[in-house]
Amino acid sequence: MEIKILGPGCVNCQKVEKLVREVVAEAGVVADIEKVSDIMKIAKYGVFGTPAVVVDGKVKSVGKIPKKEEILAWLSKAVQ
Amino acid sequence: MSECCAKNAAAGLVAIRMSPEKPKTKVWLPAALIPPFVLFYLYLEDGVNWLVYSLLSLDRSSHLTEAVRFFLFEVPKVLLLLTAIVFVVGIIRSYFSPEKTRKALEGKPLFLGNIMASSLGIVTPFCSCSAIPLFIGFMESGIPLGVTFSFLIAAPMINEVALVLLFGLFGWKTALLYASTGLLIAIAAGWVIGKLKLERFVEAWVYEIKAAELAIEERKPPFSERIQAGYTAVADIVSKVWIYIAIGIAVGAGVHGYVPENFMASLMGKSAWWSVPLAVLIGVPLYSNAAGIIPIIQALLEKGASLGTSLAFMMSVIGLSLPEMIILKKVVKLPLILIFIGIVASGIMVVGYLFNLIY
Repeated sequence: MEIKILGPGCVNCQKVEKLVREVVAEAGVVADIEKVSDIMKIAKYGVFGTPAVVVDGKVKSVGKIPKKEEILAWLSKAVQ
Repeated sequence: MSECCAKNAAAGLVAIRMSPEKPKTKVWLPAALIPPFVLFYLYLEDGVNWLVYSLLSLDRSSHLTEAVRFFLFEVPKVLLLLTAIVFVVGIIRSYFSPEKTRKALEGKPLFLGNIMASSLGIVTPFCSCSAIPLFIGFMESGIPLGVTFSFLIAAPMINEVALVLLFGLFGWKTALLYASTGLLIAIAAGWVIGKLKLERFVEAWVYEIKAAELAIEERKPPFSERIQAGYTAVADIVSKVWIYIAIGIAVGAGVHGYVPENFMASLMGKSAWWSVPLAVLIGVPLYSNAAGIIPIIQALLEKGASLGTSLAFMMSVIGLSLPEMIILKKVVKLPLILIFIGIVASGIMVVGYLFNLIY
């Protein structure tokens, strides 16, 4: 599973990265987590708000800090 | 594919360990807090006066006493107001999102688009690091350049922290004036930028981006989550901002107590015609959040600075931020950035002069 966290580095983006890493660790799922900070790369994903989370190439959340339950839902969908 | 709720999906998966349920959001708490809140607010000034004059028996005529009284009164008052408003705005903001704003603005005719974009800029949650993705997203949906700029002007300038502080320190009329003139500047500047047909200054690669296939379900959060959003907003914003408020009010208290009346009149008073452009000139490269600058503005006002000049200064500090310009430079070429700054600065100056005339 590949998870990308998109954000140029403001506080919210860092919070999202921390939260995603926590949830992945707690759920015991194997995932490749990468933070993308470059504006142009972020733009190429076509998202228009940061922080954003992309799981296995699909954009799951844009412009807010997702809830734990939401992240868990994405993980379980991806593992299926 | 239809989506079962999060709990079922996660529970169906043996491999994923669930963390324990978070405690329920206390939905009733805000309502219960209203009576003590109101009482505290109404009696705060009397309470502080009693504390300073009776309990501590400080000398009424001394500068230090006045500075202390001012500080002890204003800090709790402003923090209280801030908490209340940030909470309410946090809830309001949970009803908005950049995505919804984008959809609402698509295809709207120019002037209406400017008005909507400016108004939505106030209520849409906006983190300044999202400025670029948001800009690109708006352009991508075919929202005109001018409308996008209306949004980008209104969003940082007219924020609830600024409005609360203005209301708390100057009264509702000033807060309303700031909000309405800020809106007008956002609408007008955005409209002008649109009319100047400056699309050629947007970096080419922006137009080449395709909007992502968004696999996001638009969920309607339960009301308790909206209340939670209010709590989170309070925790986030107040924790970041209280120190600036305290420092700002302390500086204000010092000026209030010690600096002689009319000290600022020669520099920032009405008669100095160049005070408005000067204020804007100084304000543009400076960037501060509202919390830091407004108490200082209050101190300046008391010492003779005119309302127009002070407002102009405040708007240029808060509304035009150098960090945001630097970020925006990646998607927009320098000439457009300069024109943008120029138009907004001019708008602010007009407001400044207008207020100096009226007040």
